[in-house]
Amino acid sequence: MEHIPILRMGDFLLVTIQVDMHDQMALKLQDDLSNAIQKNASKGVLLDISTLEMVDSFIGRMVADISGMGRILGAETVLVGMQPAVAITLVELGLALPGVATALNVERGMALLRRKIDGAGSDADSTTG
Amino acid sequence: MSNVLKKSGKEIHAAWARDLTSSQAATKGRISTNELDQQTSEFIQLLTAASEHTRGADITGSDFKAIRDFLDGVSRSRVQQGFSSDETAMFIFSLKKPYFAALRSDAGKDADALAEQVWKATELLDALGLHTVKAYQKSREEVINRQQREMLELSTPVVKLWDGILAIPMIGTLDSARTQVVMETLLNKVVETGAQIAILDITGVPTVDTLVAQHLLKTVTALRLMGAECIISGVRPQIAQTIVHLGVDLQGVVTKANLADALALALKRTGSSLKS
Repeated sequence: MEHIPILRMGDFLLVTIQVDMHDQMALKLQDDLSNAIQKNASKGVLLDISTLEMVDSFIGRMVADISGMGRILGAETVLVGMQPAVAITLVELGLALPGVATALNVERGMALLRRKIDGAGSDADSTTG
Repeated sequence: MSNVLKKSGKEIHAAWARDLTSSQAATKGRISTNELDQQTSEFIQLLTAASEHTRGADITGSDFKAIRDFLDGVSRSRVQQGFSSDETAMFIFSLKKPYFAALRSDAGKDADALAEQVWKATELLDALGLHTVKAYQKSREEVINRQQREMLELSTPVVKLWDGILAIPMIGTLDSARTQVVMETLLNKVVETGAQIAILDITGVPTVDTLVAQHLLKTVTALRLMGAECIISGVRPQIAQTIVHLGVDLQGVVTKANLADALALALKRTGSSLKS
Protein backbone atom coordinates (compact mmCIF):
# COMPACT_ATOMS: atom_id res chain seq x y z
CA MET A 1 0.00 0.00 0.00
CA GLU A 2 1.30 3.43 -0.88
CA HIS A 3 2.04 5.70 2.00
CA ILE A 4 3.14 9.22 2.66
CA PRO A 5 6.81 9.59 3.59
CA ILE A 6 7.68 11.27 6.88
CA LEU A 7 11.05 13.01 6.69
CA ARG A 8 13.09 13.76 9.77
CA MET A 9 14.94 17.06 9.92
CA GLY A 10 16.64 17.34 13.29
CA ASP A 11 13.96 18.04 15.84
CA PHE A 12 11.29 18.39 13.21
CA LEU A 13 9.30 16.04 11.08
CA LEU A 14 8.39 17.06 7.57
CA VAL A 15 5.36 15.55 5.90
CA THR A 16 4.59 16.48 2.33
CA ILE A 17 1.34 15.27 0.90
CA GLN A 18 1.85 15.04 -2.83
CA VAL A 19 -1.04 12.90 -3.92
CA ASP A 20 -4.76 13.18 -3.46
CA MET A 21 -5.31 11.30 -0.27
CA HIS A 22 -7.94 8.70 0.23
CA ASP A 23 -9.31 7.92 3.64
CA GLN A 24 -7.23 4.80 4.28
CA MET A 25 -4.06 6.67 3.47
CA ALA A 26 -5.03 9.49 5.82
CA LEU A 27 -5.60 7.06 8.68
CA LYS A 28 -2.26 5.41 8.02
CA LEU A 29 -0.56 8.79 8.00
CA GLN A 30 -2.04 9.62 11.41
CA ASP A 31 -0.77 6.34 12.73
CA ASP A 32 2.70 6.62 11.18
CA LEU A 33 3.11 10.21 12.24
CA SER A 34 2.17 9.72 15.86
CA ASN A 35 4.57 6.78 16.04
CA ALA A 36 7.32 8.82 14.38
CA ILE A 37 6.84 11.71 16.80
CA GLN A 38 7.23 9.39 19.72
CA LYS A 39 10.18 7.50 18.26
CA ASN A 40 12.17 10.59 17.33
CA ALA A 41 11.01 12.71 20.26
CA SER A 42 10.24 15.40 17.72
CA LYS A 43 9.49 18.91 18.81
CA GLY A 44 7.66 20.04 15.71
CA VAL A 45 5.76 18.76 12.70
CA LEU A 46 5.47 20.57 9.41
CA LEU A 47 2.56 19.38 7.31
CA ASP A 48 2.87 20.61 3.74
CA ILE A 49 -0.34 20.35 1.71
CA SER A 50 0.62 22.70 -1.11
CA THR A 51 -0.07 20.09 -3.78
CA LEU A 52 -3.31 18.94 -2.26
CA GLU A 53 -6.03 20.18 -4.55
CA MET A 54 -9.09 18.48 -3.17
CA VAL A 55 -10.29 18.01 0.36
CA ASP A 56 -13.42 16.64 1.89
CA SER A 57 -14.65 16.88 5.44
CA PHE A 58 -12.79 13.72 6.39
CA ILE A 59 -9.40 14.97 5.24
CA GLY A 60 -10.14 18.31 6.85
CA ARG A 61 -10.85 16.67 10.15
CA MET A 62 -7.80 14.47 9.80
CA VAL A 63 -5.61 17.55 9.49
CA ALA A 64 -7.14 18.96 12.66
CA ASP A 65 -6.67 15.59 14.39
CA ILE A 66 -2.99 15.37 13.41
CA SER A 67 -2.46 18.77 14.91
CA GLY A 68 -4.21 17.74 18.12
CA MET A 69 -2.25 14.48 18.39
CA GLY A 70 0.99 16.32 17.80
CA ARG A 71 0.21 18.71 20.59
CA ILE A 72 -0.56 15.91 23.01
CA LEU A 73 2.72 14.22 22.10
CA GLY A 74 4.55 17.46 22.68
CA ALA A 75 5.16 18.48 19.08
CA GLU A 76 3.92 21.73 17.62
CA THR A 77 2.23 21.25 14.28
CA VAL A 78 2.16 23.83 11.52
CA LEU A 79 0.06 23.42 8.40
CA VAL A 80 1.61 25.06 5.36
CA GLY A 81 0.78 25.86 1.76
CA MET A 82 -2.96 25.46 1.70
CA GLN A 83 -4.38 26.28 -1.72
CA PRO A 84 -7.10 28.95 -1.99
CA ALA A 85 -9.64 26.47 -3.30
CA VAL A 86 -8.93 24.13 -0.40
CA ALA A 87 -9.24 26.96 2.13
CA ILE A 88 -12.58 28.03 0.68
CA THR A 89 -13.84 24.45 0.69
CA LEU A 90 -12.90 23.94 4.33
CA VAL A 91 -14.55 27.20 5.34
CA GLU A 92 -17.71 26.27 3.46
CA LEU A 93 -17.66 22.88 5.15
CA GLY A 94 -17.55 24.67 8.47
CA LEU A 95 -14.10 23.37 9.30
CA ALA A 96 -12.26 26.45 10.50
CA LEU A 97 -9.58 24.27 12.14
CA PRO A 98 -9.34 26.29 15.32
CA GLY A 99 -6.07 25.87 17.13
CA VAL A 100 -4.18 24.73 14.06
CA ALA A 101 -1.20 26.92 13.26
CA THR A 102 -0.84 27.79 9.60
CA ALA A 103 1.75 29.39 7.35
CA LEU A 104 1.89 30.35 3.72
CA ASN A 105 4.88 28.22 2.69
CA VAL A 106 7.44 25.81 4.08
CA GLU A 107 9.98 28.55 4.79
CA ARG A 108 7.52 30.61 6.82
CA GLY A 109 6.21 27.47 8.46
CA MET A 110 9.70 26.51 9.59
CA ALA A 111 10.27 29.98 11.01
CA LEU A 112 6.96 29.84 12.86
CA LEU A 113 7.77 26.40 14.23
CA ARG A 114 11.15 27.61 15.51
CA ARG A 115 9.51 30.62 17.10
CA LYS A 116 6.88 28.48 18.76
CA ILE A 117 9.40 26.04 20.16
CA ASP A 118 11.72 28.80 21.37
CA GLY A 119 8.78 30.54 22.98
CA ALA A 120 7.55 27.34 24.61
CA GLY A 121 11.06 26.33 25.69
CA SER A 122 10.91 28.23 28.95
CA ASP A 123 7.69 26.68 30.18
CA ALA A 124 7.83 23.36 28.37
CA ASP A 125 8.51 21.32 31.51
CA SER A 126 4.88 20.52 32.00
CA THR A 127 4.61 18.73 28.65
CA THR A 128 6.95 15.85 28.03
CA GLY A 129 7.32 14.17 24.66
CA MET B 1 -60.13 37.69 -39.62
CA SER B 2 -57.23 36.72 -41.85
CA ASN B 3 -59.46 37.70 -44.75
CA VAL B 4 -59.77 41.20 -43.48
CA LEU B 5 -56.03 41.40 -42.92
CA LYS B 6 -55.34 40.16 -46.40
CA LYS B 7 -57.94 42.35 -48.04
CA SER B 8 -57.35 45.59 -46.27
CA GLY B 9 -53.84 45.01 -44.94
CA LYS B 10 -52.59 48.04 -46.84
CA GLU B 11 -55.19 50.41 -45.41
CA ILE B 12 -54.70 49.06 -41.88
CA HIS B 13 -50.98 49.49 -42.24
CA ALA B 14 -51.33 53.03 -43.54
CA ALA B 15 -53.68 54.06 -40.74
CA TRP B 16 -51.60 52.32 -38.10
CA ALA B 17 -48.36 53.86 -39.28
CA ARG B 18 -50.04 57.27 -39.34
CA ASP B 19 -51.37 56.86 -35.80
CA LEU B 20 -48.02 55.68 -34.55
CA THR B 21 -46.11 58.49 -36.20
CA SER B 22 -48.44 61.12 -34.80
CA SER B 23 -48.47 59.64 -31.32
CA GLN B 24 -44.76 59.09 -31.58
CA ALA B 25 -44.26 62.80 -31.71
CA ALA B 26 -43.49 62.07 -28.09
CA THR B 27 -40.70 59.69 -29.04
CA LYS B 28 -38.34 62.64 -29.35
CA GLY B 29 -36.60 61.21 -32.35
CA ARG B 30 -35.61 57.97 -30.68
CA ILE B 31 -36.86 56.03 -33.68
CA SER B 32 -37.05 57.11 -37.31
CA THR B 33 -40.29 57.08 -39.33
CA ASN B 34 -38.63 54.76 -41.79
CA GLU B 35 -37.77 52.19 -39.17
CA LEU B 36 -41.26 52.41 -37.70
CA ASP B 37 -42.80 51.97 -41.13
CA GLN B 38 -40.65 48.95 -41.77
CA GLN B 39 -41.56 47.39 -38.44
CA THR B 40 -45.30 47.96 -38.92
CA SER B 41 -45.37 46.53 -42.41
CA GLU B 42 -43.35 43.50 -41.36
CA PHE B 43 -45.64 42.93 -38.40
CA ILE B 44 -48.77 43.07 -40.55
CA GLN B 45 -47.24 40.64 -43.00
CA LEU B 46 -46.30 38.23 -40.25
CA LEU B 47 -49.69 38.57 -38.58
CA THR B 48 -51.49 37.91 -41.84
CA ALA B 49 -49.39 34.82 -42.46
CA ALA B 50 -49.76 33.54 -38.91
CA SER B 51 -53.50 34.07 -38.57
CA GLU B 52 -54.10 32.23 -41.81
CA HIS B 53 -53.26 28.95 -40.08
CA THR B 54 -54.47 29.54 -36.57
CA ARG B 55 -57.81 30.76 -35.45
CA GLY B 56 -57.44 31.09 -31.70
CA ALA B 57 -55.47 33.48 -29.60
CA ASP B 58 -52.84 30.91 -28.67
CA ILE B 59 -49.58 32.49 -29.75
CA THR B 60 -47.32 29.78 -28.33
CA GLY B 61 -47.64 27.57 -31.41
CA SER B 62 -45.08 27.18 -34.16
CA ASP B 63 -47.20 29.30 -36.53
CA PHE B 64 -46.45 32.28 -34.34
CA LYS B 65 -42.75 31.62 -33.97
CA ALA B 66 -41.77 34.15 -36.62
CA ILE B 67 -43.97 36.81 -35.09
CA ARG B 68 -42.68 36.10 -31.59
CA ASP B 69 -39.10 36.39 -32.77
CA PHE B 70 -39.95 39.60 -34.54
CA LEU B 71 -41.52 41.06 -31.40
CA ASP B 72 -38.52 39.97 -29.32
CA GLY B 73 -36.30 41.87 -31.72
CA VAL B 74 -38.53 44.95 -31.60
CA SER B 75 -38.64 44.92 -27.80
CA ARG B 76 -34.88 44.58 -27.58
CA SER B 77 -34.31 47.52 -29.88
CA ARG B 78 -36.91 49.53 -27.91
CA VAL B 79 -34.97 48.86 -24.71
CA GLN B 80 -31.78 50.08 -26.30
CA GLN B 81 -33.54 53.14 -27.70
CA GLY B 82 -34.74 53.98 -24.20
CA PHE B 83 -38.47 53.44 -24.58
CA SER B 84 -40.54 52.73 -21.50
CA SER B 85 -42.55 49.52 -21.22
CA ASP B 86 -45.91 51.18 -21.92
CA GLU B 87 -44.55 52.90 -25.00
CA THR B 88 -43.31 49.54 -26.21
CA ALA B 89 -46.63 47.85 -25.53
CA MET B 90 -48.49 50.66 -27.33
CA PHE B 91 -46.76 49.57 -30.53
CA ILE B 92 -49.06 46.54 -30.61
CA PHE B 93 -52.11 47.99 -28.91
CA SER B 94 -52.31 50.96 -31.26
CA LEU B 95 -53.02 48.50 -34.06
CA LYS B 96 -56.46 47.89 -32.59
CA LYS B 97 -58.04 51.11 -33.77
CA PRO B 98 -57.31 50.78 -37.51
CA TYR B 99 -57.82 47.04 -37.37
CA PHE B 100 -61.23 47.28 -35.75
CA ALA B 101 -62.21 49.96 -38.22
CA ALA B 102 -61.37 47.58 -41.04
CA LEU B 103 -63.32 44.79 -39.35
CA ARG B 104 -66.33 47.08 -39.03
CA SER B 105 -66.36 48.07 -42.66
CA ASP B 106 -65.96 44.40 -43.57
CA ALA B 107 -68.81 43.15 -41.37
CA GLY B 108 -71.26 45.79 -42.57
CA LYS B 109 -74.50 45.57 -40.64
CA ASP B 110 -73.90 42.17 -39.04
CA ALA B 111 -73.37 43.21 -35.44
CA ASP B 112 -72.95 39.68 -34.05
CA ALA B 113 -70.26 38.78 -36.54
CA LEU B 114 -68.50 42.06 -35.85
CA ALA B 115 -68.55 41.54 -32.11
CA GLU B 116 -67.11 38.08 -32.52
CA GLN B 117 -64.41 39.25 -34.88
CA VAL B 118 -63.47 42.12 -32.62
CA TRP B 119 -63.27 39.82 -29.62
CA LYS B 120 -61.00 37.42 -31.47
CA ALA B 121 -58.79 40.20 -32.70
CA THR B 122 -58.62 41.72 -29.21
CA GLU B 123 -57.64 38.41 -27.69
CA LEU B 124 -54.87 37.91 -30.22
CA LEU B 125 -53.51 41.42 -30.05
CA ASP B 126 -53.58 41.39 -26.25
CA ALA B 127 -51.60 38.18 -26.21
CA LEU B 128 -49.09 39.68 -28.61
CA GLY B 129 -48.93 42.88 -26.58
CA LEU B 130 -48.26 40.95 -23.40
CA HIS B 131 -45.58 38.99 -25.16
CA THR B 132 -43.96 42.25 -26.19
CA VAL B 133 -43.95 43.51 -22.62
CA LYS B 134 -42.52 40.22 -21.44
CA ALA B 135 -39.75 40.40 -24.00
CA TYR B 136 -39.13 44.01 -23.02
CA GLN B 137 -38.83 43.01 -19.38
CA LYS B 138 -36.46 40.21 -20.25
CA SER B 139 -34.20 42.48 -22.24
CA ARG B 140 -34.13 44.92 -19.34
CA GLU B 141 -33.20 42.12 -16.97
CA GLU B 142 -30.40 41.07 -19.27
CA VAL B 143 -29.04 44.59 -19.16
CA ILE B 144 -29.23 44.62 -15.35
CA ASN B 145 -27.51 41.25 -15.08
CA ARG B 146 -24.74 42.35 -17.38
CA GLN B 147 -24.20 45.50 -15.38
CA GLN B 148 -24.12 43.50 -12.16
CA ARG B 149 -21.46 41.22 -13.59
CA GLU B 150 -19.41 44.18 -14.71
CA MET B 151 -19.76 45.82 -11.32
CA LEU B 152 -18.57 42.63 -9.68
CA GLU B 153 -15.43 42.60 -11.77
CA LEU B 154 -14.77 46.28 -11.21
CA SER B 155 -15.33 46.34 -7.49
CA THR B 156 -12.79 43.84 -6.22
CA PRO B 157 -9.28 45.16 -6.79
CA VAL B 158 -6.52 43.79 -4.59
CA VAL B 159 -3.82 46.37 -3.96
CA LYS B 160 -0.38 45.85 -2.56
CA LEU B 161 0.23 48.38 0.20
CA TRP B 162 3.64 47.27 1.34
CA ASP B 163 5.96 44.35 1.07
CA GLY B 164 3.87 41.46 2.32
CA ILE B 165 0.78 43.56 2.98
CA LEU B 166 -2.26 43.45 0.71
CA ALA B 167 -5.41 45.51 0.97
CA ILE B 168 -8.79 44.97 -0.59
CA PRO B 169 -11.10 47.98 -0.49
CA MET B 170 -14.63 46.67 -0.62
CA ILE B 171 -17.28 48.92 -2.09
CA GLY B 172 -20.99 48.22 -2.21
CA THR B 173 -23.22 45.69 -0.56
CA LEU B 174 -21.67 42.31 0.13
CA ASP B 175 -23.66 39.29 -0.94
CA SER B 176 -22.67 35.65 -1.31
CA ALA B 177 -21.61 35.99 -4.94
CA ARG B 178 -19.43 39.00 -4.27
CA THR B 179 -17.85 37.53 -1.17
CA GLN B 180 -16.97 34.50 -3.21
CA VAL B 181 -15.24 36.65 -5.82
CA VAL B 182 -13.49 38.73 -3.18
CA MET B 183 -12.33 35.63 -1.36
CA GLU B 184 -11.03 33.95 -4.48
CA THR B 185 -9.16 36.98 -5.81
CA LEU B 186 -7.70 37.77 -2.42
CA LEU B 187 -6.55 34.22 -1.68
CA ASN B 188 -5.02 33.84 -5.11
CA LYS B 189 -3.21 37.12 -4.69
CA VAL B 190 -1.89 35.99 -1.31
CA VAL B 191 -0.41 32.88 -2.92
CA GLU B 192 0.96 34.92 -5.80
CA THR B 193 2.65 37.60 -3.70
CA GLY B 194 3.36 35.59 -0.57
CA ALA B 195 1.75 38.30 1.54
CA GLN B 196 1.54 37.75 5.29
CA ILE B 197 -1.20 40.22 6.05
CA ALA B 198 -4.34 41.17 4.20
CA ILE B 199 -6.41 44.19 5.14
CA LEU B 200 -10.11 44.04 4.34
CA ASP B 201 -11.32 47.61 4.16
CA ILE B 202 -15.08 47.89 4.55
CA THR B 203 -15.35 51.68 4.47
CA GLY B 204 -17.41 51.40 1.29
CA VAL B 205 -19.79 48.76 2.60
CA PRO B 206 -23.05 50.56 3.44
CA THR B 207 -24.50 48.08 5.91
CA VAL B 208 -23.34 45.05 7.80
CA ASP B 209 -25.93 42.50 8.83
CA THR B 210 -25.43 39.01 10.21
CA LEU B 211 -25.04 37.57 6.73
CA VAL B 212 -22.39 40.08 5.69
CA ALA B 213 -20.58 39.55 8.98
CA GLN B 214 -20.65 35.83 8.33
CA HIS B 215 -19.20 36.39 4.86
CA LEU B 216 -16.43 38.50 6.36
CA LEU B 217 -15.67 35.84 8.95
CA LYS B 218 -15.47 33.22 6.22
CA THR B 219 -12.91 35.28 4.35
CA VAL B 220 -10.89 35.80 7.52
CA THR B 221 -10.96 32.09 8.32
CA ALA B 222 -9.94 31.09 4.81
CA LEU B 223 -7.01 33.51 4.99
CA ARG B 224 -5.96 32.12 8.33
CA LEU B 225 -6.09 28.58 6.97
CA MET B 226 -3.69 29.62 4.26
CA GLY B 227 -1.33 31.07 6.79
CA ALA B 228 -2.01 34.77 6.31
CA GLU B 229 -3.38 37.21 8.84
CA CYS B 230 -6.37 39.38 8.25
CA ILE B 231 -7.27 42.79 9.59
CA ILE B 232 -10.68 44.35 9.00
CA SER B 233 -10.53 48.10 8.73
CA GLY B 234 -12.93 50.93 8.02
CA VAL B 235 -15.53 49.93 10.59
CA ARG B 236 -17.78 52.95 10.93
CA PRO B 237 -19.44 53.82 14.25
CA GLN B 238 -22.89 52.79 13.03
CA ILE B 239 -21.54 49.48 11.79
CA ALA B 240 -19.77 48.84 15.10
CA GLN B 241 -23.08 49.50 16.86
CA THR B 242 -24.99 47.22 14.53
CA ILE B 243 -22.49 44.41 14.96
CA VAL B 244 -22.71 44.61 18.73
CA HIS B 245 -26.51 44.86 18.70
CA LEU B 246 -26.78 41.87 16.39
CA GLY B 247 -24.59 39.91 18.75
CA VAL B 248 -22.18 38.93 15.98
CA ASP B 249 -19.08 37.38 17.45
CA LEU B 250 -16.06 39.03 15.87
CA GLN B 251 -13.66 37.80 18.49
CA GLY B 252 -10.43 36.55 17.12
CA VAL B 253 -10.70 39.03 14.28
CA VAL B 254 -8.59 42.16 14.44
CA THR B 255 -10.64 45.22 13.54
CA LYS B 256 -9.58 48.82 13.17
CA ALA B 257 -11.49 52.02 12.59
CA ASN B 258 -9.49 53.11 9.58
CA LEU B 259 -7.04 51.86 7.02
CA ALA B 260 -4.15 53.89 8.45
CA ASP B 261 -4.39 52.15 11.81
CA ALA B 262 -4.62 48.79 10.10
CA LEU B 263 -1.55 49.54 8.01
CA ALA B 264 0.37 50.68 11.10
CA LEU B 265 -0.50 47.42 12.84
CA ALA B 266 0.39 45.38 9.78
CA LEU B 267 3.76 47.10 9.50
CA LYS B 268 4.44 46.39 13.13
CA ARG B 269 3.55 42.73 12.67
CA THR B 270 5.79 42.34 9.63
CA GLY B 271 8.61 44.07 11.44
CA SER B 272 8.75 47.12 9.20
CA SER B 273 8.39 50.65 10.44
CA LEU B 274 7.76 54.10 9.08
CA LYS B 275 9.50 57.23 10.26
CA SER B 276 7.37 60.30 10.38
